[in-house]
Amino acid sequence: MIEVIKGALLLTGASFMLLAAVGVLRLPDLLTRMHATTKAATLGVALVMLAVALHFAEVAVVARAFGVIVFVLMTAPVAAHVIGRAGYFLGTKLWSGTVKDELRPNYDPLTHELKSGLETKANAQRLPQDSDTR
Amino acid sequence: MDIVIGITLALMTLAMCLAFVRLVKGPTLPDRVVALELFSTLIVGVIGVIAIMTDVASFLDVTIVMALMAFLASIGFARFLERGGPQDD
Repeated sequence: MIEVIKGALLLTGASFMLLAAVGVLRLPDLLTRMHATTKAATLGVALVMLAVALHFAEVAVVARAFGVIVFVLMTAPVAAHVIGRAGYFLGTKLWSGTVKDELRPNYDPLTHELKSGLETKANAQRLPQDSDTR
Repeated sequence: MDIVIGITLALMTLAMCLAFVRLVKGPTLPDRVVALELFSTLIVGVIGVIAIMTDVASFLDVTIVMALMAFLASIGFARFLERGGPQDD
């Protein structure tokens, strides 16, 4: 029984990883590619690590396998956020079929200034000071 | 079980080939960084499968280090890009 569950977990995890790779190859722009890799590959690693935990079934190994799962689940969104931010920062082109880019009206790609849409007039006209951190 | 492990490794190898195509093709540097991140995630999975195949639990330490390296590499690349490094290779 455990063998069957283990095999199913391994095959599902590998399929999700393959799906992530197909997505990163086929999708049209940076953000959609990240959407494919981050979620599908993370789920694939989590399933494979569950299979490892089932295979060994010792406390030390199971703890380490769950450690890997928790670590990947915590770091994948952070890494994706940072890379997506850097990509938008550089002005990466979005797909031609993109319906909505909510950041575009509020973001100046040359000065990298981001407006909140709630500025008072005094704040909008305020010149940047040397003490402002970038 | 051997057949399942073989199929799993074959699928992951195919996935690595596809990610490598994107790594070579990728029009901009952020695309390549995404492909590299996927690559290291795939390596974590492969090492997990190999740990099952060889019955050596110590391989899990390798996966932890690999995941940590991938995270640090992507953070570093992102900082590098935002500070204005060369973008088109």
